[in-house]
Amino acid sequence: MRTDDLQRDADGGLKHFLTIDGLDRAILTEILDRAEGFLGVSEQAVKKVPLCRGKIIANLFFENSTRTRTTFELAAKRLSADVLNLNINTSSTAKGETLLDTLRNLEAMHVDMFVVRHAESGAAHFFAQHAAPHVSVINAGDGRHSHPTQAMLDMFTIRRHKGDFAPLTVAIVGDILHSRVARSQIHALRGLGAGEIRVIGPRTLIPPEVADLGAHIFHDLREGVREADVVIMLRLQRERMTGALLPSEREYFHLFGLTEARLETAKPDAIVMHPGPINRGVEMDSQVADGPRSVILEQVSNGIAVRMAIMSMCIGTQNRRGQGDGDG
Amino acid sequence: MSKPECWKGSAEVDAIIERMAGELAALLGRRGIVDPLMVGIHTGGVWIAERLHALLGLQEDLGRLDISFYRDDFTRIGLHPQVRPSQLPVLVDDRHLILVDDVLQTGRTIRAALNVLFDYGRPASVLLATLVERDGRELPIEPNLVGLHACLQAGEQIKLTGPRPLELVVGQPPERRAKTPGN
Repeated sequence: MRTDDLQRDADGGLKHFLTIDGLDRAILTEILDRAEGFLGVSEQAVKKVPLCRGKIIANLFFENSTRTRTTFELAAKRLSADVLNLNINTSSTAKGETLLDTLRNLEAMHVDMFVVRHAESGAAHFFAQHAAPHVSVINAGDGRHSHPTQAMLDMFTIRRHKGDFAPLTVAIVGDILHSRVARSQIHALRGLGAGEIRVIGPRTLIPPEVADLGAHIFHDLREGVREADVVIMLRLQRERMTGALLPSEREYFHLFGLTEARLETAKPDAIVMHPGPINRGVEMDSQVADGPRSVILEQVSNGIAVRMAIMSMCIGTQNRRGQGDGDG
Repeated sequence: MSKPECWKGSAEVDAIIERMAGELAALLGRRGIVDPLMVGIHTGGVWIAERLHALLGLQEDLGRLDISFYRDDFTRIGLHPQVRPSQLPVLVDDRHLILVDDVLQTGRTIRAALNVLFDYGRPASVLLATLVERDGRELPIEPNLVGLHACLQAGEQIKLTGPRPLELVVGQPPERRAKTPGN
């Protein structure tokens, strides 16, 4: 079954959210539009809406991530769902339970949605393929494959600052090779019709396939960010830097670290983004990270609204599947 | 009936709103409310509230409520396609609110709107003004002020079109029309 088929129900509604690849502009735009509505919830005295009251959402984190898990948890709580946080690497799998057993056990507890983060690519797909028809799965990052909610909150942040995607030049800088964020961002930017997508980094950290996705490859930071509207810095994944991929972090900053001086070639109103957590002095210096063009903390707040939108869209289609539309 | 028919033209609707403004001023006077906060429900309620707000010359900006996140049919039909952010110009705590909607039928929209308001704070009181009131209440909710009482057939729907001109049209809901050949 194609991922696209797996993600949509018979009426075209969002059932699971696993990857951006294969989602059309209409549904990507719908997610961004809905997220716009959810932004206002944080202005209420009671920062909650009752959309998912009575639903149980389980955060299954096989890999640690404080920020992603926290924003998913907050998003679910603002939708009035009950939230279970399971750090699986410290519990059952250590005792030998398989993924499928974990899934079945949680389904028996009437969980309505799984938010899955796993070091293996395809883990969320596996859950979606085997989940009961009334259960939704959201990918919170799988291996090197994809991190679709991060990409959507980045798109949301870009759209709030820049409006239309068509005239934009977006530069993604850093370790493209290991980055599920970059892959999802490229798919999302393409889907939303961004003018030009550039990837910038050392030869060892840019897989040649990104050119097939329509991205232009640069190995020089100043050249790459020239006239860019958006500069997205990726986190250098220290834990994945094995072998001879990088000489040293100092050398990396020397060549690819973002500084105010290196931003000079970008458009004056360019915004700087980073999915966090930042390695200060490696991907960028503090002057940029805390500077006027940085929208990094806005990305975090926007992440809650975008995740509320995606979760509520998936939960909103569940009941019609429960009534038996023959899928799943 | 295949096409919605104009039931009340813009001149009539405007006259009704003017009369409502007069009655609302009198009602506020009787209750001793001097500085109310008016809140319209998207979309038709906001159109009516804009007119009433101007006619009454209220000081405070108009509030706008979207009730999509509070609807009770979310788990049946999913999220409403268009959600506009709710905007309340000031804190609602201890304020006298005038909630404005276009058509009151089941009362479910007003139930949702009250829940939204109470998630913003604790108002001193809430008055309900609707342009049209018709039968079909499913909740114990009644308006304090009504422009027009409509007598309609069971399957008929009434809808406000606008914002300029404001007209009331009567027709049948699209899903019912679609099924007509099979009935």
